Amino acid sequence: MLMTITMKGSHTQELGYLLHKNPYRAQRFDLSFGKAYVFYTEVSDSRTTAALLLDLDPIDLARGKLGAKDGGLFDYVNDRPYVSSSFMSTAINRVFSTAMNGKCAKRQELADSALDLEAVIYNLPVRGDKELVKEVFEPLGYEITMRESILDERFAQWGGSLYIDLTLRGKLKLCDLLDHIYVLIPVFDKQKHYYMSEEEIDKLLRHGERWLQAHPKKNTIIRRYFDMRRSYANKAIERLLEAIPEKDTESAEEQITPVQQEKRIPLNTQRLEAVKNAVVQSGAASVLDIGCGEGRLTSLLLRERQIRKVTAADVSVSVLERAKQKLNLDRMQPYLSDKLTLMQASLLYKDKRFEGFDAACVVEVIEHIDEPRIPLFEKVLFGFAKPKTVIVTTPNKEYNDNYPTLENGTLRHKDHRFEWTRPQFKAWCCHICEEFGYTAAYMEIGDVDDRCGTPTQGAVFTLQKERKDV
Amino acid sequence: MRIEIPEFALIAMIGATSGGKTTFAHKRFKATEVLSSDFFRAMVSDDENDQTVSKDAFELLYSAADKRLDHMKTTVIDATNLQKSARQQVLDLARRQNVHSVAIVLDLPEKELMQRNKARAERSCPDRVVHSHYTSLQRCVKHLKKEGFRFVYVLKSQDEIDSAEIVRTKLWNDKRELHGPFDVIGDIHGCYDELVMLIEKLGYVRNESGVYRHPFGRQAAFLGDLCDRGPKNTEVLRLVMDMVRSGSAVAVPGNHDVKLLKYLRGKNVTMTHGFDVTVSQLEAAGEDFKKETAGFIDSLVSHYVLDDGKLVIAHAGIKQEYIGRGSMRVRDFCLYGETTGESDEYGLPVRLDWAADYRGRAVVVYGHTPQSQVQSLNGTYCIDTGCVFGGSLTAFRYPERECVAVKALRQYYEPVKPLNDPSAPDEPKDMLTLGDIGGKLYLQTKLMPSINIHENNSAAALEIMSRYAADPHWLIYLPPTMSPCKTSELDGFLEHPLQAFEYYRNHGVTKVVCEKKHMGSRAVIVLCRNEETAAKRFRVTDGSRGIIYTRTGRQFFTDKAIQDDVLGRLDSVLTATGFWEDFKTDWVCLDTELMPWSEKAQELLEKQYAPVGRAGRDGLTAATKAIRKLCDRRNVQYEPPEGTSGQNFDPAELLAEFELKKDSIERYVGAYREYCWTVQSVDDLRIAPFHILAAEGQTFGNMAHTWHMETIRRYCAGIDDIFMATDYVTVDVTSDESIESGVSWWLSLTEIGGEGMVVKPEIFTTKYKGEIIQPAVKCRGREYLRIIYGPEYLMQGNLKRLKSRSLSRKRSLALREFSLGMESLDRFVADEPLYRVHECVFGVLALESEPVDPRL
Repeated sequence: MLMTITMKGSHTQELGYLLHKNPYRAQRFDLSFGKAYVFYTEVSDSRTTAALLLDLDPIDLARGKLGAKDGGLFDYVNDRPYVSSSFMSTAINRVFSTAMNGKCAKRQELADSALDLEAVIYNLPVRGDKELVKEVFEPLGYEITMRESILDERFAQWGGSLYIDLTLRGKLKLCDLLDHIYVLIPVFDKQKHYYMSEEEIDKLLRHGERWLQAHPKKNTIIRRYFDMRRSYANKAIERLLEAIPEKDTESAEEQITPVQQEKRIPLNTQRLEAVKNAVVQSGAASVLDIGCGEGRLTSLLLRERQIRKVTAADVSVSVLERAKQKLNLDRMQPYLSDKLTLMQASLLYKDKRFEGFDAACVVEVIEHIDEPRIPLFEKVLFGFAKPKTVIVTTPNKEYNDNYPTLENGTLRHKDHRFEWTRPQFKAWCCHICEEFGYTAAYMEIGDVDDRCGTPTQGAVFTLQKERKDV
Repeated sequence: MRIEIPEFALIAMIGATSGGKTTFAHKRFKATEVLSSDFFRAMVSDDENDQTVSKDAFELLYSAADKRLDHMKTTVIDATNLQKSARQQVLDLARRQNVHSVAIVLDLPEKELMQRNKARAERSCPDRVVHSHYTSLQRCVKHLKKEGFRFVYVLKSQDEIDSAEIVRTKLWNDKRELHGPFDVIGDIHGCYDELVMLIEKLGYVRNESGVYRHPFGRQAAFLGDLCDRGPKNTEVLRLVMDMVRSGSAVAVPGNHDVKLLKYLRGKNVTMTHGFDVTVSQLEAAGEDFKKETAGFIDSLVSHYVLDDGKLVIAHAGIKQEYIGRGSMRVRDFCLYGETTGESDEYGLPVRLDWAADYRGRAVVVYGHTPQSQVQSLNGTYCIDTGCVFGGSLTAFRYPERECVAVKALRQYYEPVKPLNDPSAPDEPKDMLTLGDIGGKLYLQTKLMPSINIHENNSAAALEIMSRYAADPHWLIYLPPTMSPCKTSELDGFLEHPLQAFEYYRNHGVTKVVCEKKHMGSRAVIVLCRNEETAAKRFRVTDGSRGIIYTRTGRQFFTDKAIQDDVLGRLDSVLTATGFWEDFKTDWVCLDTELMPWSEKAQELLEKQYAPVGRAGRDGLTAATKAIRKLCDRRNVQYEPPEGTSGQNFDPAELLAEFELKKDSIERYVGAYREYCWTVQSVDDLRIAPFHILAAEGQTFGNMAHTWHMETIRRYCAGIDDIFMATDYVTVDVTSDESIESGVSWWLSLTEIGGEGMVVKPEIFTTKYKGEIIQPAVKCRGREYLRIIYGPEYLMQGNLKRLKSRSLSRKRSLALREFSLGMESLDRFVADEPLYRVHECVFGVLALESEPVDPRL
């Protein structure tokens, strides 16, 4: 909500010329999302400070503009009015646009020279990542100070605040300072308040023209700037690399553009391949893919000639919608689309539609079911649907030792209700075989670790021959 | 001619073109009963004579017929039906749907047909067609019975056609006019002594001719398998036949009875399963008795639909879709049930569990499969308790739904498979199916006749229920959403009690109860006194004895130990205060608020509420500091602003505005802090029950809220600090004085940071002009609302805009959810099957997925 720019030295009142804002006036600008105030908190020969204060309308943020049909983008209880966000960048661009262009009719030589400047950005949401603040600002020549605080002093156990007040000090041109701030605020606060179009790439490259290419963290900056828009980030990086083709100081790991290195097959791919092969080996012609997610396995199964019917089920309607898109269902030709059924279904409700399949795949699904409800799932699938073959995969908890980020017992995914060790899973398999008349073959998927086994474990259950007829 | 057709039948009109079928059908049947091929030809091609589309037309016709028969609607197929294959299709459909088939043949002389055909002008067909129709008809008419039509009527002239009278007769299994009350008696198998004991225990007495009658007109209903294995078969037959003949009993046949009939008719039967004893006793009883027995068994109907369709009896049970239908398939099911064709380790057939899938509203009472105790599932009751095997002979009293039993005097026959151990709890078999809750739902409740759940809402609920909810056996209720009061017109208030009082005054309520609203999280507590109750009453067999769950049916505590601790402490309190005895119950369901808020809302606090407070306080402090510096500078020019961009502004005004903002954010932080405290152990929790929802045999929706409050104070509060009573006052909304005291009570609560209060009509469930009104309206405090509408919601301009909000959607949801919540409790208390309870609970969750302003 607040940013100040201080010029130190002599004749610092001339900051007014550079900013095109009279130090002896206090001005208000009406922007689409609220008001911006520009005023000076101190004006003297040796030190002049300009402030840009934003006053966002909290009700508009929540409800949308007066008269708007849909609600706004934000909650009523929202940090937007108080923090430095894309609103601030937009405001800078609006009220200091001439200064950002480095133009100053009256003092051009001042605009072109490095000045002793200090900027304070209040409430920048860095979410504890102070390292990143340093890595981003220090290469630009700033000396930085961060003021941190605690989330709520009454409840110290809630931890530190997400925000810092960031002070940047340096000798540089004002237009560079403004460009830096303009581009870098959204790198820390990713919640953009406007719809990002491809023009945003031009905007970024224009404001980063003089410094971004040389910045050692440029990839991180671009990626974070575009946040979810991966494709825009990639395009921006490509264009930047074209400008300077050589010299990339970043480590290979940070590369976004795929670099041909030793190709490791991702675990998920290995897993799906293994499951698909097991299905094919079982001789199945009809397959139920339970918990199909976005349909990666579904798509593999669909392309096997042997398989004549694939029914992909998921409990989430929105996931199924995504699967439809990923599978390109609307444009699929009848040869494939006639094989495929997508449906919402739950493993905790007995369902006639599960019956009559040669095989069922339950890939990385059971760990998302509360453990006490697993027996119900068993009945629904093994007890009633009774596919001839059932393939189940689930994480091997023992292998978690190999993931440094998973400290003391943390599970691999927030929604995992449990993860089983190999003995636990094997015990469960035995129980299934005994209770429902299946035999099981154990599967190991992924890189083998001598002590912990593979990251994914699984089993192929085969229904034993029907008991003798009377 | 009198044409008798069963009330439910599939009728084929058979006749040549121009033979008057359509006219006849439309005159004698309801327009919707008649499916005419001409009509369906027109439907697909705009031309009822276009024979090229017949295939599609008949496909539609038969699919319509199929649907009608699903709904047990008599259907007339109006087509020539002259081809054998066409009639075969009718017969196939009748068999598949277990419905009687009727052929009505219009067989006019050929000459007359020709004349009529000519008179049809443009719709007439060539003479050769008429001729060929005529000859086909002559060929087929005498074979119709043999082809499989149950009833065949042939009308040979226009006179006969005109004078024909259609009489719809009841099906034999239709005894809906009998209202009992009934005492349904399970498999007797020759256990005469036990039968006499049972029937006398039930209050039947012998009349002067030695036949048992009930003095109050109750009727016995025998489920068959009267004979075999036991000692006194002829005595049993005598008693039962006498009772049935005299009208004091009804009976359906069992498989053993049918076997006996076969024997009596001279067919060869195996002398297994104790049949030899029956035979020798019967042979000794003489020819008359044998004849009478044969006649009696022959007269029995596979199953009976009794008491307006609310009770069905059949020996081996009956699937929902067979009830009220007649066919050999239905009869076989009623006698033998359905088996997979496999046999188990004892060599007994593996039975398909039709009762698990039963979803009918009629109570089905059956026997056939001996069990150590009565098995009830989805509204079906298996009452064969294996008397002949040394178990007991059981009667099911209807409509009381009570069982009366006498123990077998001894074991008369060794069972192949031992009866199951009655002490081991059965695994629950009442599995929910997708069909119970999938897609569009129409739910009927006592408070609201019909509640529709849209498909997308039930889809959303399916996901939530599957991914997060606890075992549905525990979920007997989900709380409804609650609407706030109407927006206040008073300055500086968004909500104010006056509007809540006004709402109830306008809906015929005089006395309201205002309860302090606790800012915590909704928690529904179900507690059983012991695991046995949990197993018996809730069919939860994992050893737990209760649950605490959230408003979306999720376990409140992820740590089971905490839940067990809280439940244990509640049990101690209820035991100490004598609740269990006073309420004559072994379980209870309470609606409560669990505090602190931070216990459940920690993530929300850390990700949203606290950060906003932090950023707001720091940001506004910096901003006011900066503005103050500006104000302190003397050399700034100030001109009055003109409202356009880049205009000058008054620093003093801006400072005042930002000071106010700063004050707002401080108050906001103060507001959320009110509801947070650190929980180190269960001792730090606070639980405030506010409704006693249900206990064995009773719900409490008809009680006054003052009763709930006082009862809770008496039984739950004051012993263990974690359970507390809730403060409340009552207000007479027609008295200014009383209203004023209510308002000042609210002000005193909210000024010190309370969330506010909930205003309820005196009686839990209140109707006005025949419709239920809001069961509660909340009225939230000024300070509290900052955490809902933002720190600055009270500032100039903001409040005015916020005051325009619409409550109608929220209120409509509240009523529907309330109706469903009460309904699910009623159903559970009435011991209705799980799927019936679950559909209501599911409905609440589905309605909650409806998009509605979350701040209301």
